[in-house]
Amino acid sequence: MFQPIYLDHNATTPVASAVLDAMLPFFAQQHGNASSRHEFGRAARRAIDEARQRVAYAVGAHPTEVIFTSGGSEANNLFIKGGAANLVAGTVAISAIEHPCVREPAKALRRAGWRLREIAVDGECRLASADFHAALAEQPALISIMLANNETGAIQDIPTLAAQAAATRAWFHTDAVQALGKVSLDFRSLNAAGVHAMTLSAHKLGGPKGAGALIVDKRVDLAPLIDGGGHERGLRSGTENVPAIVGFGVACEAAVNSLKEVPLQMRQLRSSLERGLVAQGATIFAAHAERLPNTVYFSLPGIDGETLVAKLDRAGFAVASGAACSAANPEPSHVLLAMGIAPETARGAVRVSLGRQNTADDVAGFLRALSATVSQLQALTSLATQVVG
Amino acid sequence: MLKLPIYLDYSATTPVDPRVADKMIPWLVEKFGNPASRSHAFGWEAEKAVEEAREQVAALVNADSKEIIWTSGATESNNLAIKGAANFYAGTKGKHIITVATEHKAVLDTVKELERQGFEATYLEPQPNGLITVEQFKAALRKDTVVASVMAVNNEIGVIQPIAELGEIARTNGTIFHVDAAQATGKMPIDLGKLKIDLMSFSAHKTYGPKGIGALYVRRKPRIRLEAQMHGGGHERGMRSGTLPTHQIVGMGEAFRIAREEMATENERIRMLRDRLLKGLSDIEETYVNGDMEQRVPHNLNMSFNFVEGESLIMAIKDLAVSSGSACTSASLEPSYVLRALGRSDELAHSSIRFTIGRFTTVEEIDYAVKLLHDKIGKLRELSPLWEMFKDGIDLNTVQWAAH
Repeated sequence: MFQPIYLDHNATTPVASAVLDAMLPFFAQQHGNASSRHEFGRAARRAIDEARQRVAYAVGAHPTEVIFTSGGSEANNLFIKGGAANLVAGTVAISAIEHPCVREPAKALRRAGWRLREIAVDGECRLASADFHAALAEQPALISIMLANNETGAIQDIPTLAAQAAATRAWFHTDAVQALGKVSLDFRSLNAAGVHAMTLSAHKLGGPKGAGALIVDKRVDLAPLIDGGGHERGLRSGTENVPAIVGFGVACEAAVNSLKEVPLQMRQLRSSLERGLVAQGATIFAAHAERLPNTVYFSLPGIDGETLVAKLDRAGFAVASGAACSAANPEPSHVLLAMGIAPETARGAVRVSLGRQNTADDVAGFLRALSATVSQLQALTSLATQVVG
Repeated sequence: MLKLPIYLDYSATTPVDPRVADKMIPWLVEKFGNPASRSHAFGWEAEKAVEEAREQVAALVNADSKEIIWTSGATESNNLAIKGAANFYAGTKGKHIITVATEHKAVLDTVKELERQGFEATYLEPQPNGLITVEQFKAALRKDTVVASVMAVNNEIGVIQPIAELGEIARTNGTIFHVDAAQATGKMPIDLGKLKIDLMSFSAHKTYGPKGIGALYVRRKPRIRLEAQMHGGGHERGMRSGTLPTHQIVGMGEAFRIAREEMATENERIRMLRDRLLKGLSDIEETYVNGDMEQRVPHNLNMSFNFVEGESLIMAIKDLAVSSGSACTSASLEPSYVLRALGRSDELAHSSIRFTIGRFTTVEEIDYAVKLLHDKIGKLRELSPLWEMFKDGIDLNTVQWAAH
């Protein structure tokens, strides 16, 4: 059977078999509601406690700092809107390259009377230092800067930024959804540098969709987004999604255990991929920034990204032309525009994000398919030009 | 051979039906795409599965699939419905909200939060049978009542509120009518084609689907609009952002499909089991059924056992996984606020047990429960000086207790 090669791991990942095995008992046999006091309920509670420890351990946090949510979007909303709820309206500062689930709640604050300050990035997707300092001078009350960008993979120097922001006494948050499992995260040292909260998601690292967490310093006075029942220390009500939380815990543990070998392996694959891309004339975005080891974001001159990914899909390679969540949006990537990339170049953007299952054969196959597809598209374009001409 | 403990707490949560689990698993492993991925087949097939499940959920309640918004569960649905509608319509309609004192905490706490934000709330007190009357509701409605929220089925006592009549009245008043139906799906027919309900909350895990997934019905004709509570990539037509958990959605769809097809026969069997339980316990002296027995789902029996201390009873019947008060509040030793609202004394509220029967309950399990309760209640009462005084004909309400 024809099996397409999946190269879109920043959108989502398959659940690892150890994760699935850990989850399955909690669907049927151990199905209790963790709030119930009988044995079914207590077993569910123990499983959640254990998962909380696993997640905490994976990112160097204390278990009581882990607030489980339905995913990364909810955790980002919880910090931005829940953090703002107990503050007088002031300034919320975010980077210009944040995921929509940070940008949109920040815009919601603006509708509620806050000032929204977007911090510029340079051409390599790194936060522009001068603009960051200018933003700090505006005394923001909330700051959110993503640890690793979902499109380019660029990594920000969060400890340094947080330390520089410390004097503002703002609550400093980082969206670490794409970073988890790909680079080492230590909330204790981030917290010491001045980071107060961090967002995680399970489904980007071999865990299930439907679970995420906000890791949060208890000094942050958060208000819940979802009321009713007082679960998660009153910060997130609703019956806990036991199987997904259990899966999240196991996925975190597995990712941390392989944090030495897997990123190295991905980096090697990516190097050969990038060499091949450059040989075909591609521009690689944020090439000089420190990046996630698995992500390549590129464009080829004169080639439309949407058309290219559609052709590649037919050739058996699943890649993305932008972030999955806004893939319906025909506008060029806001991340690339923030980097100062021309809209016509940005429209050509294609993202390849590798996973732990990918092999050298996958990369070689992709490069061959890309080369064939591009020649085909160029032939069509020149034909069209001739016809028109 | 009976397997202990016996699960009689189906209103807290249900096991995932094996047919549902089978449908879910492929979406975790081989078909793991993000339904929002538009550039490849992994995403398309996930999106297709999500839309099929949306049809299945809509079909159970006779709605259009475009009226179904996925959420993480009924708690989130209730928050989105009440906060979303109250915030959207406050400016045009007003800032008064009506709900019922016996609603789930997900509704009560949400309304309380809106009160902190400047809304005014009326909490209807139910009759001793747990139901509110149409007259009560009418009397509470005001010109500025923006949202009314009344649950279909109470989680503790299983009574069914007259949502059809209330919906008519709310519609006439121009009030958005929200119904928490978390405990109702698969237990009673719901026809949103006929009911004048604007918003309805659903949960999968009370109907043999997985935890972590629910839905909100948002009426299109007349169109109801909501202020989103979770912002981001604009999923769910902008009303609820966040990556859709395909496997959980597929599970909810399959669970609701099964509910639609099997509800009629299943509920007959469950009613027979519940009646057998009630009959078996009714020869124990000084027992009280909480809530109306007619306007009630067949799965629920809530009973108070007088002269038995609630905590000791729960400890004594460890072989039965039951609940005293709802699961969400049972960590506290406060007597159930639902039973208190019916006018039950603290003692009777404390000694109440909720038995909720489900798809996998057997006659043998019911018979075991009846026998165990007979034995244990007998033993506990033997040790109780209050029971002894009661048997001696002393009216405990007249006793002057000495202070220590």
